[in-house]
Amino acid sequence: MSGFKSTERYIASRDLEVAVNAAVALERPLLVKGEPGTGKTVLAHEIAEALGHPLIEWHVKSTTKAQQGLYEYDAVSRLRDGQLGDERVRDISNYIVRGKLWDAFVSGVQTVVLIDEIDKADIEFPNDLLLELDRMRFFVYETRETVVAKHRPIVIITSNNEKELPDAFLRRCFFHYIRFPDRETMEAIVQTHYPDIRQDLAREALTVFFKIREVPGLKKKPATSELLDWLKLLMIEDLPVEALRSKDPHVVIPPLHGALLKNEQDVHLFERLAFLSRRG
Amino acid sequence: MFASFVLALRSAGLPASVTEYLTLMGAMKAGVADYSIDDFYYLCRATLVKDERHLDRFDRVFGEVFKGLEPPEGIAIQNLPEEWLKKVAEKFLTPEEMDKIEKLGGLEALMKRLQELMAEQKGRHQGGSKWIGTGGTSPFGAYGANPEGVRIGQQEGRNRRAIKVWDRREFKDLDDSVELGTRNIKLALRRLRRFARQGAPTELDIPETIRTTANNAGYLDLKMVPERHNTVKVLLFLDIGGSMDEHVRICEELFSAARGEFKHLEYFYFHNCIYERVWKTNRRRNDNLTPTEEVMRKYGPDYKAIFVGDASMSPYEISHPGGSVEHWNDESGAVWMHRLTSHFRRSAWLNPRPKNAWDHAMSISMLRKVLENRMFPLTLGGIDEMAKELNR
Repeated sequence: MSGFKSTERYIASRDLEVAVNAAVALERPLLVKGEPGTGKTVLAHEIAEALGHPLIEWHVKSTTKAQQGLYEYDAVSRLRDGQLGDERVRDISNYIVRGKLWDAFVSGVQTVVLIDEIDKADIEFPNDLLLELDRMRFFVYETRETVVAKHRPIVIITSNNEKELPDAFLRRCFFHYIRFPDRETMEAIVQTHYPDIRQDLAREALTVFFKIREVPGLKKKPATSELLDWLKLLMIEDLPVEALRSKDPHVVIPPLHGALLKNEQDVHLFERLAFLSRRG
Repeated sequence: MFASFVLALRSAGLPASVTEYLTLMGAMKAGVADYSIDDFYYLCRATLVKDERHLDRFDRVFGEVFKGLEPPEGIAIQNLPEEWLKKVAEKFLTPEEMDKIEKLGGLEALMKRLQELMAEQKGRHQGGSKWIGTGGTSPFGAYGANPEGVRIGQQEGRNRRAIKVWDRREFKDLDDSVELGTRNIKLALRRLRRFARQGAPTELDIPETIRTTANNAGYLDLKMVPERHNTVKVLLFLDIGGSMDEHVRICEELFSAARGEFKHLEYFYFHNCIYERVWKTNRRRNDNLTPTEEVMRKYGPDYKAIFVGDASMSPYEISHPGGSVEHWNDESGAVWMHRLTSHFRRSAWLNPRPKNAWDHAMSISMLRKVLENRMFPLTLGGIDEMAKELNR
């Protein structure tokens, strides 16, 4: 069957393709987990692009409520209008604000819905969306109408594992864990993003990158997105390859490391290790 | 037809259910897997596994159940050229390990024995100490503990097809119930949260606003309340030095997580068991002691007391006056522990030693008794259980 495949800009492993196609075929949500920076959010963009569907993004924060994805009843403005004697006040539907899922449900074409970082929200958040994601319908109490999805949207949910998700919720999803890409895949990813990068630079940079990832005790290992940022910087600065390969004792830290190491403990740790290896 | 597979998964501890089984069937019917064994494996994984910690277990069960289903294109292990094995051995063994092999008769002998075994053995093998297989201590096979072992089926290999996808067991590292990190500990500690409203009123109190607006003949009268904050109070007692040295890292992580998570956190150090004094700074512990009595006076029973230590010491250090290894104590450790646990009604002990080792140390059983069994292993699961217990 035709379906989601790696694109020129996004390298998807075969297992990811199967998971996405299963989710599309059965119209069930796909839950994607993985290290930060391995392309969980980008995946939804790519699926939307590949299938030619519009993308609706719902970014979840710690204060997000499930209800906000469906609709909100703006009681305060109705109250204000009521006190001012506005005519609109008689129709309650004037004060129903549609949420992202409502938009997706009533859309004329099938949509891709991204529920980003679901684990940021309250622990009950996924449970509150069970029925809505399963049946793709919900009831609006204020106007006594039921919103039913015209086309079941393709739902992509990402999680950073900050909270355990409830079993009942997991049962209804397909699951995929994005593994950190190996060197071969990483080379392909770099190629798709920067097709005109100098080959020697890319190779050296990847070597340095995987070496840094192997440093024990790093608080935040650099991931794909950091690598891409760093490469971009290297390309802009147009550094000679020698700068990366340098055995010069004064240059222990790779140039522009700020893109790779994101906290000062890690930089210190790295400096210390580099210092030790230089002495030894 | 895959019902037995789902049952095998369930008996391996994976929470697969009928819903998932039906989903898998539906996906098969929709042609997602497309007659490819690899795709079928990926599809099963996406359908039946919902947590990356279970991926490794899933791979193992899949290998068991669908043994023999894989296409014959993979190189049979019996046909591995000797050259290749040698290369693998050289690639994966450190010089010290190579030395050990030399002691055992050299690589040549090892290879000869391997060939003999291959001739003798038929089929896949798991565990044990002789056959070529996985997880054992035999020198041959994968994931074993024998330092002079030859790994078969574990490395990536020149030819990717030589190893089946599920046999690569790439998710081994994730299958670990003690995968602790500051962030995870914080989440576990979060269960201890208790909310209360304190401070400046910043949130709209809707019920109150409606009531006062009604009283006000319909004109808006806004009422505000303070935001909810975590008000749990935690007192941490950390064992330091001696046998605790090997657990320093995990204790550090626990400590930094606790510091970030609780506003009201106080901590004290002790050694082995708590006696009449504790201290706050380790460097100046001899002249900067806090009497335990003072701790109990200062911090009320509303504090939750958490003791962190391996509780491994001589039983006398708990039961007898004067048992302390560092100083003369007039009253035994048990007396002080009783005092503390009866003052801090919500208390628990976190032990970095694995739970199955607890029965082997008398001092651990003694302290467990004092704490009425509220001793938990210092793992995520243990912290979780502790939080539940402390919140009762």
